[in-house]
Amino acid sequence: MAGSKAKPRSSDTEIIQTTSWSAGPGCHGTCGVLAHVKNGKLTKIEGDPDHPFNQGRLCARCLAMTQYVYHPDRLTRPLKRIGERGEGKWQEISWEEAFDWIEKRMDRIRKDYGPESVIFSMGTGRDISPWLCMLAYAYGSPNVVFALSGNACYSPRIAAVETVLGDYCVPDAAQWLEKRYDDPKYRLPKCIIIWGYNIPNTCPDNIFGHWFIDLMKRGTEIVCIDPRMTWFSSRAKHWLRLRPGTDGALAMGFLNAIINESVFDREFVEKWTNAPFLIRTDSGKLLRESDIRTDGKPENFIVWDSSKKEPVVWESNRAAYRPGTCKPALHGNHTIVLKDGEKVVCKTVWDGFCEEVNKYPLDRVSEITGIPKKKIHAAAHFFAECKPSSIHWGLPIDSTPGITPTAQAITALWCLTGNLEVPGGNIIARNAFECVSYALPGAEGVIKLASKEADQKRISTDKYGPFRKFIWRAQTDTVLDQIFTEKPYPIKAIWMQTGNLIAGIGFEPKKWVEALKKLDFIAAVDLFMTPTTQLADIVLPAASFLEKDGVRSWWVPLQTINKAISVEGCKPDVEINFELARRFDPNLRWKSVEELFDNILQKSGMSFKELQKKKWALPPEGNPSAPYRRHEKGLLRKDGRPGFETPSGKVELYSSLREEWGLEPLPHYEEPPFTPVSRPDLAKEYPLILSTGRRSFAYFNAEHRMIPWLRELDPNPIVEIHPDTAKSLNVGDGEWVWVENWLGRQRFKAKLTLAVLPQMVMAAHGWWFPEEEGAEPSLFGAWKSNINQLIPMGSQGKDGLGAPIKNLLCKVYKV
Amino acid sequence: MIKKKPKYGLLIDYEYCTGCHTCELACAQEYKHQPGVRGIKVFEVEQKLPNGSAYLTYFPFPTEVCILCPHLTKKGLEPACVKHCMAACMKYGRIEDLAVEIKKPRMVLWSGKQ
Repeated sequence: MAGSKAKPRSSDTEIIQTTSWSAGPGCHGTCGVLAHVKNGKLTKIEGDPDHPFNQGRLCARCLAMTQYVYHPDRLTRPLKRIGERGEGKWQEISWEEAFDWIEKRMDRIRKDYGPESVIFSMGTGRDISPWLCMLAYAYGSPNVVFALSGNACYSPRIAAVETVLGDYCVPDAAQWLEKRYDDPKYRLPKCIIIWGYNIPNTCPDNIFGHWFIDLMKRGTEIVCIDPRMTWFSSRAKHWLRLRPGTDGALAMGFLNAIINESVFDREFVEKWTNAPFLIRTDSGKLLRESDIRTDGKPENFIVWDSSKKEPVVWESNRAAYRPGTCKPALHGNHTIVLKDGEKVVCKTVWDGFCEEVNKYPLDRVSEITGIPKKKIHAAAHFFAECKPSSIHWGLPIDSTPGITPTAQAITALWCLTGNLEVPGGNIIARNAFECVSYALPGAEGVIKLASKEADQKRISTDKYGPFRKFIWRAQTDTVLDQIFTEKPYPIKAIWMQTGNLIAGIGFEPKKWVEALKKLDFIAAVDLFMTPTTQLADIVLPAASFLEKDGVRSWWVPLQTINKAISVEGCKPDVEINFELARRFDPNLRWKSVEELFDNILQKSGMSFKELQKKKWALPPEGNPSAPYRRHEKGLLRKDGRPGFETPSGKVELYSSLREEWGLEPLPHYEEPPFTPVSRPDLAKEYPLILSTGRRSFAYFNAEHRMIPWLRELDPNPIVEIHPDTAKSLNVGDGEWVWVENWLGRQRFKAKLTLAVLPQMVMAAHGWWFPEEEGAEPSLFGAWKSNINQLIPMGSQGKDGLGAPIKNLLCKVYKV
Repeated sequence: MIKKKPKYGLLIDYEYCTGCHTCELACAQEYKHQPGVRGIKVFEVEQKLPNGSAYLTYFPFPTEVCILCPHLTKKGLEPACVKHCMAACMKYGRIEDLAVEIKKPRMVLWSGKQ
């Protein structure tokens, strides 16, 4: 037992402190837990009262761990397929045989087709993502795929905020401070916008959902933006109940109310954003130094000095004006002489930004979103006038192909109101101590491809700018296409880990089944047999978080996962992948898993063992990964100058990157592709808005249906229907209904509830039935209540990001 | 017939119960209950309001099965549900002490069976 040991409460029980992440509760939280272990067996699990993240609390999924680790259906031996794919006939083999066979099969494919012909697929990767990347990169493939259409979970938001700010942001719930809310450096947010998140049901993105309840108890007021009635909406000062998918329009409306009534932070706009940069009115593009001087650099921009009445150069790499002083104009048209002597009229970015914002007067926003104008106005003002305020947003932002312009608008909201990097505002979030294990959006990790050349074959980098700059995955929809087209090169095998492609993450899952069956080799790693693992050629049994060591540096704190127990036959993902990585790459940088952990933790100055003893660590003030006001102190940029890690060093209200990628540089609203507004033709047959993806308190996505204590809490696939709508459909509470659209129909149990708008239904996702037949055609009932069958692949946004998950169309009728 | 006067109970601030069901799982784990058997159960109440909108309330209800975890409280620990409550909306204690803490609306004091 390597874990930190707490004082035992009885002589024969050992209490081991560890961190819950990944297999087990499934979530992205990082709760401190105490595992009670007697004779090597887990008898009980508790929240660690001394841990700053959860302070002793623990959710239902973690408290069910005794049923999880010793579940009779746990996979405990490597299984090799002996029948046809999907036939459910398996042979138990040893780990050594499994490794040898995988090595042989994958080596052959690498020799014949190149390493890029193997896809490494993850779901919500959690602590396993780095190990998946390690294996892919050791094998030589750049094609790591997060298997959700449009990569539409979190990374689109991260990429969008990086586009504007050069870093990502999260709301400040004092998570960087050991004393949390009581630390004198912290300020309680007066207002938090909870934007599309039913937080109590999940701990998203390394935020403990109930922190917001802690803050509310201390006086924080809530603005809730959600089409569904939630715990938050009932307790919010302002509840904006928008039509699903219209978040972008609402964000533009907020900007409109805030800018036109001057309740924004003008000093911040002038000093820290690219608002004064000039845009050419002839091309609509940013005016660059190379436009006006033969020796000018294209990365430098131009502002109009309002006191000297002349253009002044902003040097991006120094993040400073040349010469030093300048009083840049925020408004007005200015005539600039270009290097060839031609004159061009330029406007400021700020004027251009305001022009865009003025396309969204509140009457129009009200019409698009369905929210009364007065309510939008009141909520926008409340948010802007409370200091500090912050915004916490959820997956619905990613659930539209218009994700990036939506997220640009929302990012502008927390910047323009002076809430960036202030205590209680939105805080730039970096991995603790800047320890990065693998390539995340915007960060380079210690696990990387051997060379830049190896990355050139990554699927979709040629098509999508963000995938060249921030997102080191292959674009999912393009991958699925390429499996069928084999262009520009064939895909021959897939390695699947931490994801359930068929019942959890893949839209149009029958297409994915067809795609899988085309491949020469499929390996899967999981803890239970699922509809997806059923289709594999080999399945490897993985360990839960209690059965392994690990490191965690995602935001804060920095901490270790400490092995508390073993389940005979199961191996931690990191060990599985390390063994194969070592075989595929004899020059692998690390000699052992511990050396790998040490390498990841290097920037913290601690080794794995040292951190394990310490339990967890928070970066001290002055570290680039600790707030506040880092842009003023020069802690964000590599050169140590004040400013941001964007191409210009400014907050880019007008995105120079989007301009470079040929996309609209300013925030705006895009109507999703399958709504009653965009497709009135389809809406005639499918009159209800279909939303999915809302969280269950019992499950993490497609997991946990086999855990009795959890299944009891949420036993059936539910579709939420408003009672008035149900009445018109002649559907009673608890009756089974078909939810149908042009892609198919699935069965759900109707829950009549005021939680949903009358014109929408909300169908639960991730449903399959572990108690049913595993072999095809059943695949554990994966074709009965799988809402993903009604969601199209291939509707990603212009930058490859986002998918219409909460704003589709359907009809509902009784079974 | 008057039974023994209860001494201990739970003060439940149901304004903050978010319906996460942690209390139910904490109870199930503590006693290794079969599915269906719980010392506490969370109810969801959707209430229409006169202004046409609605209000969502969750209420953790200690059931017939609840014995207030004497094996833990005797050691000075909290009952399993109270300890793990994600919203920290429940408190265990002497009924007289808890009664004094009712200083806000939407609280319920439950007298336990011991």
